[in-house]
Amino acid sequence: MTGLLESIFESVFWSAVVKTVVAFALLMVNTLLLVWFERRVVAFMQNRLGPNRAGPLGILQTLADGVKLFFKEQITPRKVELGMYLAAPIAAMIPAFLIFMVIPIGAPVTIGDTVVTLQGTDLNVGLLFILAMSSLAVYSIVLAGWASGSKYPLLGGVRATAQMISYEAAMGLALVPVVLFASIQIADGSFGVGTMSLSRLVELQQGSFRGFIPGWFVFWLLPSFIIFAIAAVAETNRAPFDLVEAEAEIVGGYHTEYSGIRFALFFLAEYINMFNVSAIAVTVFFGGWLGPDFGLPSWIAWVMPIMWFLLKTYALLFMFVWLRATLPRMRYDQLMTLGWKRLIPAGLVWLIVFTIVQAFRSFGAPWS
Amino acid sequence: MVETVLFVIFGLAALFGAITMVWARNPVYSAMGLMLTMFSIAVFYVSNSAHFVAAVQVIIYAGAVMTLFLFVIMLIGVDKAEDRSENLPIQRPLALALIALFGSAVVVAGRLAWTTGVHNPLDPVNGSVEAIGNELFRKWVLPFEVTALLLIVAAAGAIALAFFRDGDDAEVDA
Repeated sequence: MTGLLESIFESVFWSAVVKTVVAFALLMVNTLLLVWFERRVVAFMQNRLGPNRAGPLGILQTLADGVKLFFKEQITPRKVELGMYLAAPIAAMIPAFLIFMVIPIGAPVTIGDTVVTLQGTDLNVGLLFILAMSSLAVYSIVLAGWASGSKYPLLGGVRATAQMISYEAAMGLALVPVVLFASIQIADGSFGVGTMSLSRLVELQQGSFRGFIPGWFVFWLLPSFIIFAIAAVAETNRAPFDLVEAEAEIVGGYHTEYSGIRFALFFLAEYINMFNVSAIAVTVFFGGWLGPDFGLPSWIAWVMPIMWFLLKTYALLFMFVWLRATLPRMRYDQLMTLGWKRLIPAGLVWLIVFTIVQAFRSFGAPWS
Repeated sequence: MVETVLFVIFGLAALFGAITMVWARNPVYSAMGLMLTMFSIAVFYVSNSAHFVAAVQVIIYAGAVMTLFLFVIMLIGVDKAEDRSENLPIQRPLALALIALFGSAVVVAGRLAWTTGVHNPLDPVNGSVEAIGNELFRKWVLPFEVTALLLIVAAAGAIALAFFRDGDDAEVDA
C-alpha cells in the first residue's frame, strides 16, 4: 500500500492527476456541506429550522437539490448569443478550481521517502496567481449577463465589472503588507527576502508569543485583514454586496436566463469562491493548517493540520453567513464610495504606516 | 516536449484570438479574442519560467484592461448596428500589400541567425519574484520610480481633464 502510494507520488504526472481529482472531489463535497451549513445557520438566525428532512439534520438537502437541477429542463431563450451563453458557466468554474489548487490544506505528508505537499502546486507567485485568477472570474458574469440577451442580466453584468475591478484593487493593496511582513519575519527581524508562496507564508507563521498566542500574521496585520475581508465579500458577490444578483432590483442579475445544470454551475462557482477566499484569508492571516496535534501517534497526526485548516476556514465562512443574515444590501453608489473612497485610501495609508514602522524596526531611525 | 505541446496549443489559440479580434462583427467577440491572445501569451511566459511576468500579464491585460474594454462596450451599447462602409477606398488592396510585405519580412528574418531557441542550461534564468525584485529595486530603482511618477502624472492629468473644464461648458453639460 505504502509502496504503491509512494510510486504514484514520485511521478510528477500521476501526483498531479491524483491531486487534481482529490481537489475536485473535495470541493464538490465541501460545496454540498457549505450550502447546507449556510441555509441552516441563516435559518437559526431567523428563528427557523431550515432544511432538516433529507438525511440526518437535513445534510443531504443540497444533494437532492443538485440532482433535481441536473434533471431539470434547460430553457434557452431565443435571443441568447449561444456560444458565449454556453461558455459562461464553464468560465465561472475554471478560476474557482484553479485558485483552490495553490492553497495548502495541510502539512506536507511523508510517504516512504517522498514528501507530498497537500496543495496542487506551490507557486513562487502564489498570491499574484490568486489575484490573476480572481480577475478572470469577472468574465463569466459579464459574458453571462451580455449573452443572455435581456435587460436585467446585462445590468447585472455591467455592475459586476465595475464592482469586481474596484474591490480587486483594494484586495491587492491589502495583501502588499503581508509580503512585506514576510520579508521581515525571515531571519528573525533582520532584513530578508519576502515571499509570495502560500506554503512559505504558512511556515513563517509558526511559533507563538509567551507560549499561548499563536504567531499568526493577523495580530500584526489586522487592518490588512479587515480590508481583505471586506473586499473578499465584494469579490464573491455575497450579501451585503450582492448587487450583481440583487433580486429586488434586477430579478436574478446575470443568471436570470439560466436554468438547470447551467445555473447550478454558477451556484457552485459562487460557493467554491466563498470557500476559496476564506481559505486564502486563513492561509495568509490565520496560520493556515498550523495548530497543535496533541501528541497524536504519527499514523493519525497528519489529519490534524487538515482539521485545523477546515476548522479555521469554516469559522470564517460562518462570518460570511452571519453578514448575509444580518446586513441589508447596500445601494450601488454606497458600494462604489466604500470601495474607492474608503477601502483604497485606507489600504494606502495602512501600507505607508506599516512600511515606515517596519523600516524603523529593520534599519533604525534615519538620524541614529 | 511539454514546452512544444504548450507552444503549439497556445500559439494556435493566440492566432485564433487575434484573427477573431479583427474579424468579428460584434465588439464583445473582438474583446474576447484579444483576451484569449493575451492569456496565451501569459502561458508562453510560464513555459519560459517567467512566472511573475505571466501573473502580471494576466492581472493587468487579461484582467483589468480587457474588463474595462468590456465595460465600455456594454455601456455604449452592443446592439447598435455597426456602420461598415469604408472611408478609404484603397484600404483593402493596401492591407493585402502590407500583408505581403510583412510575410516577406518574416521569411527574410527567418533566414537570419538568431540567438533564441533552447537556452543554455548552464546559464539558468531566474524568473522568480525575488530575482526581479532585486534587479528592479537595487539596480533599476531610478527608472522604476520615474516610470511610477509618469503614470501618476498621466492619471492626475486624466482626472484634471474630467474635472476642471471651463465653467461655461460645465453649465451646458449639466
